[in-house]
Amino acid sequence: MTLSPTGHPDRLVARRWFLKQCGVGLGAIGLADLLGATASAAKEDPLAPRKPHFAPKAKNVIFLFMAGGPSHLELFDNKPGLAKWDGKLPPPHLLDGYRAAFINPNSKFLGPKFKFARHGQSGAELSELLPHLATVADDLCIVKSMTTDAFNHAPAQIFLSTGAQQFGRPSLGAWTLYGLGSESRDLPGFVVFSTGGKGPSGGNSNWGSGFLPTVYQGTQFRTGGEPVLYLANPRGVDRSLQKDTLDGLSALDQMRLDEVGDPEIATRINSFERAFRMQATAPDVMDIAKEPKHILDMYGAEPGKPSFANTCLLARRLVEKGVRFVEIFHESWDQHGNLVGDLKKNCKNTDQASAALIKDLKRLGLLDSTLVVWGGEFGRTPMVQGGSDGRDHHPNCFTMWLAGGGVKPGITLGESDEFGFNVTADKVHVHDLNATILHLLGFNHTRLTYRFQGRDFRLTDVHGNVVNKVLA
Amino acid sequence: MPMKAITLPFVVLIAGWVVDSALAAESIDFQRDVRPILADNCYKCHGPDAATRKGKLRLDTRAEALKGGRSKQPAIVPGKPKVSELMGRVESTEETEIMPPPKSGKKLSPQQIETLRRWIATGADYPQHWALVPPVRPALPKVRDAGWVRTPIDAFILARLEREGLKPSPQASKETLLRRLSLDLTGLPPSPEQIDAFLNDASPKAYENAVEKLLASPHYGERWARHWLDAARYADSDGFEKDKPRQVWMYRDWVVSAFNRDLPYDRFIIEQFAGDLLPNPTQDQLVATGFLRNSMINEEGGIDPEQFRMEAMFDRMDALGKSVLGLTIQCVQCHDHKYDPLRQEDYYRLFAYLNDTDEANIAVYTLDEQKKRADIFRGIREIEQDLKHRTPDWREKLAAWEARVRDDRTEWSVVRAANAGDNSQRYVYHDDGSLTAWGYAPTKWSSQFVGKTDRKRITGIRLETLTDANLPLGGPGRSPLGLFALSEITVEVADAKTPEKWTRVKLASATADFGNEEKALEPMFDDRSGKKRSTGPVAFAIDGKDDTAWGIDAGPGRRNVDRKAVFVLEKPLDMPDGAVLKFHVKQMHGGWNSDDNQNNNLGRFRFSVTSTDHPIADPLPRGVRAIFMRPPDSRTPAQVDAVFSYWRTTVPEWKEANDRIEALWKQHPTGGAQLTIASRRKHRTTFILKRGDFLKPDREVTPGVPTAMNPLSIRVEPSRLGLAKWLVSRQSPTAARAIVNRVWQAYFGTGLVSTSEDLGTQGEPPSHPELLDWLAVEFMDSGWSFKHLHRSIVASATYQQSSKTTPELLRKDPMNRLLARAPRFRVEGEVVRDIALAASGLLNPKVGGPPVYPPAPDFLFNPPVSYGPKTWTEEKAENRYRRALYTFRFRSVPYPVLTNFDTPNGDASCVRRARSNTPLQALTTLNETLFLECARSLARKTLADGGPNDAERVTLAFRRCTGRKPSPREREVLLAFLTKQIERFSAPGAKPWDLAADDPAHPPKLPSGVSPAQGAAWTALARLLLNLDETITKE
Repeated sequence: MTLSPTGHPDRLVARRWFLKQCGVGLGAIGLADLLGATASAAKEDPLAPRKPHFAPKAKNVIFLFMAGGPSHLELFDNKPGLAKWDGKLPPPHLLDGYRAAFINPNSKFLGPKFKFARHGQSGAELSELLPHLATVADDLCIVKSMTTDAFNHAPAQIFLSTGAQQFGRPSLGAWTLYGLGSESRDLPGFVVFSTGGKGPSGGNSNWGSGFLPTVYQGTQFRTGGEPVLYLANPRGVDRSLQKDTLDGLSALDQMRLDEVGDPEIATRINSFERAFRMQATAPDVMDIAKEPKHILDMYGAEPGKPSFANTCLLARRLVEKGVRFVEIFHESWDQHGNLVGDLKKNCKNTDQASAALIKDLKRLGLLDSTLVVWGGEFGRTPMVQGGSDGRDHHPNCFTMWLAGGGVKPGITLGESDEFGFNVTADKVHVHDLNATILHLLGFNHTRLTYRFQGRDFRLTDVHGNVVNKVLA
Repeated sequence: MPMKAITLPFVVLIAGWVVDSALAAESIDFQRDVRPILADNCYKCHGPDAATRKGKLRLDTRAEALKGGRSKQPAIVPGKPKVSELMGRVESTEETEIMPPPKSGKKLSPQQIETLRRWIATGADYPQHWALVPPVRPALPKVRDAGWVRTPIDAFILARLEREGLKPSPQASKETLLRRLSLDLTGLPPSPEQIDAFLNDASPKAYENAVEKLLASPHYGERWARHWLDAARYADSDGFEKDKPRQVWMYRDWVVSAFNRDLPYDRFIIEQFAGDLLPNPTQDQLVATGFLRNSMINEEGGIDPEQFRMEAMFDRMDALGKSVLGLTIQCVQCHDHKYDPLRQEDYYRLFAYLNDTDEANIAVYTLDEQKKRADIFRGIREIEQDLKHRTPDWREKLAAWEARVRDDRTEWSVVRAANAGDNSQRYVYHDDGSLTAWGYAPTKWSSQFVGKTDRKRITGIRLETLTDANLPLGGPGRSPLGLFALSEITVEVADAKTPEKWTRVKLASATADFGNEEKALEPMFDDRSGKKRSTGPVAFAIDGKDDTAWGIDAGPGRRNVDRKAVFVLEKPLDMPDGAVLKFHVKQMHGGWNSDDNQNNNLGRFRFSVTSTDHPIADPLPRGVRAIFMRPPDSRTPAQVDAVFSYWRTTVPEWKEANDRIEALWKQHPTGGAQLTIASRRKHRTTFILKRGDFLKPDREVTPGVPTAMNPLSIRVEPSRLGLAKWLVSRQSPTAARAIVNRVWQAYFGTGLVSTSEDLGTQGEPPSHPELLDWLAVEFMDSGWSFKHLHRSIVASATYQQSSKTTPELLRKDPMNRLLARAPRFRVEGEVVRDIALAASGLLNPKVGGPPVYPPAPDFLFNPPVSYGPKTWTEEKAENRYRRALYTFRFRSVPYPVLTNFDTPNGDASCVRRARSNTPLQALTTLNETLFLECARSLARKTLADGGPNDAERVTLAFRRCTGRKPSPREREVLLAFLTKQIERFSAPGAKPWDLAADDPAHPPKLPSGVSPAQGAAWTALARLLLNLDETITKE
């Protein structure tokens, strides 16, 4: 913010400014850093890299958001017992206080539709739909005891993304950026893709900054065409003309800065320079044709054909460039009907690339510092919807998996009852998951706060416990 | 831990910079110094929340603190810190004694303990929080440099500056002032002609005249409406997954007009909270209640709509708190407030005022349409008068007709049917046996309803379709016009003793009180099947064909009325034990996209059965039947007219007059719709909700206002209208302060209270408390006039200072809270765009009307970016260049240009925008389609009227963007740039039209003698100018 890059008084001013501007509460993050080595960077840019509360395990996150609610019963949570109940009504006590979205809760059970087998040294149990994931079973931390508060898509997605069912709260990615800043000078720190049949129900609030400064919100990238909106020079403007323009702008803005002394002008000059660099960097990083064939094949990626596979590869490329948080929304898991056919299709589209992402990160030595999260907003009912090929939304119990980034590999956490209806051991609430992710990033989730409307808000509200059992 | 130790100096440092330092000040101020310590460290267990209170001790009131808790030992003995238990506890070193307890993670610093000690020693006063004490006009402070003071505002600002040893800045240049005024008051930059006129006006009233001209501009309303629309969380779509378009722009235009006609703020609020309850409300006053309806609506499949009605209620409360009260009330939704003296009961009593309402959707008409309607109704009245005039014995004839038809009715028994089909669309079940559909609306589907009847003989089935305030335009259907199409109805019956054994009942014939003539289904219901579908007479509902349906479209003005159809059974059913009936209602006349407004479903409806032979649908409207129930001599003239209006249609001799009236109805305008709020006929009870969960109602509460605030006047209505009047009562401690603070914020970048959404105990104290109160009282005394407030502010020397800053000022006051200089900041997203449009001459200044669709990348509105496909038909004509205020706002896919510049998307009330400075903004103004079109237009305009040489042209273009002339050095840079670009575009193989033309295949005409290369080079130059920091900054 200030003109002079050094000097004691200016630094104090900058610190005060930063505390005010970013609303960093006392005792919250940022302060330690401000007093530390990177203080001079912090005053210039709210996205400057910052140190968290304690040494982090994960520096980056790739969140594979399987929107719609993947069926844990067909993918991860093997319930041979449920097969025996197929066609029978659930025991009444199970349904006490249970609310369902579409079905009458008192609907018949539907047995699992796919076979399971154990894989790797860890013996992780996976469905036959996930042959590729099976090859990295020993890198996975499968959490079969997830539970959430909402059973409709938009509220449940917003809940998983922001820790609240109401719109208007910052997303996990925004909190991460707020806490850690961005390592990348030429790319946004929080990049979002959408690769499913449609966009997520919760819309852009899934990656919003809520009441945090807007610089922390996610930036939507496209896998085809112009990756970032307005990135490409307009027709008739080449790189050389763009350079001339920025030079002219910079010269005039600098004159104004000299005249009026407003440090915000310096920030603007800097923003234009970063934009210019992004124009070169982003298309380059988005060009997966530069990858060798065996890497493309590993993902099942085909340059020029937007897909989940291409996007996973892009996520890896972005993380390599220092992008802090990459989130891929793949909205296609809402199997009220056509459960068997759609799950086969979805797994064909996502299984190979999800597994390849782990292998690739590992190959590059990035898995240790990159947390990969896979999961959706809820699971699906053991009860049938429609004839015999659909399941309704189910918040009580579902499965997610984590890999890398300080998570214990090769374990399966949690158990559910014989129907996969309720969690019976090691329950992990969405707030617990978020607390754990923040922990891996080096934050005490109760202290990563932002004061708004007279209250210190945090991602986990007043809840959340770090799930120590998943920490490596 | 080490961090904590380092933290302390910072507390002091920050406090010292934002407000008077606690420790430097001679005396202890409870609100400023003590309360924050108590609130942060003690109130959680010893505060207003009875549920979490420990040891029966309260420290938030003086009386309680002096009394002590369970131990009966006074926590505080005024004047005697040594014997005060509080001090003993906070200074204790014993783990079991020390407060706050170690497990709370909180610990008082030595300075904080010292503050408490001095506070107790000086008497332990508990003056009420400033924001809860109504403002009184403060005396003007004395200043040394009285010559600088032009208005009372300046006295407050200067007094503080002098205290801090600072001097105000000199006055800004006239050019800067006019641009500042113009941006502040209208959100548009001044044209070079306006600037010249102002520069040439040497009269002492030049400034004042400029202010008056701007305040009188219709663009003033647009500018200030935008600030309010943030608080009103205005958007043109529903939000959530479906995010369907909604019609609410009449509300937006009402806000614009309210500012333009300087509607007093108290009136402004009353109309938005209770316009419908004012005597004989105008359409405008109904539209104003749209404020309460700017909440999101969830129609995702599988939801419980009541849950999301409650979410909308919480949103309304949040908006009430932020926009009017200026207080955080969200926290008390779940529990008593830890810090503010608001209780959970207070929240739900306020809530009760708003909860007893219907979510209405009314027909609205533009002024022209309203005039047209008045003409039509006058015409009809005249024809009817003429009929009466020509028929002296019309009263006798009418009575005879009434006697003939009044008993001419079939006995019906209502069948209380319940949804027996899938759970996608949900229903509200009414006491009268009817159902109203809500929540998700499938567009092509079959529904089933099951209900019992005691009738032993059934000859016919009646389906009534009923109006309901909660339906589009009042229903009776759920289509955007409040209509429906009944594709097929079939019925099954079972003996009440064997309710699962269904037998299909054959329906032989059907009658209805109305069915439209057969017509092709409207394009809005396109199902992409290519099949021809139609609506028409009720027989279509039992013809066995899904593509024909009963339709009730009686045309504009008469669509939204109750209707009925009667279906006669081929063979009467004899059911000695009673029967269970299953109604299969097929509704196949919706469109392909259930994520858009394409349903054509029944809205509110009711089934009945009869035993009468050959039943038919009563041709008489329900309303007429209802009037029959009243003795003729007790009917109002309007009721007599209503009966007459129906009766005349049955008189064959009056065919000619009836035809003329029909012809008049045909001219009735279609009109639009507006979401509004309406009081319910049937009272809805409000409960305190445990932890804010709508499934956990606790105690019932009645409407009321928070006990800690100004009491409700006994003279106001006990209704929502009373609430509205209370909100803006002269006694309100926060209403005026909250709004003047936000007006100040719009001018100066930061409010006098920087936390403009919360003036309460957790908000920041004001930088200039007396000024805030002065402005609030002045505002109220002026009759809550915004224009008066603006005049007061812009007349001040404070406002007219230069915004230039120095390293010294930056060091002393980096956030410019003391205002030793004018603020300098990047304008809001809308203004960024409007400046480009205005500077380039493209701006279409039209005020008001439906939202518009400027250029935007198509993919945003389609999967996989958008959840559902959205319609965004890019404007090709004059609407392309409207102000950003009119850009259609989809909540889930906000317009990216505006989002990149921190424009909120309307998910929740926002009274303070962020102001970021990012590379994405640079990319937007450099590369976005519309900004490019502006650059081309500015280039052509400059070439056409910029004067004889490039230097003069550069000057003109520069002025259009920044409002001032370039310095010689600046002009040099620009001319050098221009020369270089002319060379570039003149080079062999260059394609100047690529840059200079919107469509290179159809290049625009350039002024004579101008080459395409010059056109391109000037476009590049214009683009540069539009991207200057100064262009998008208010200096």
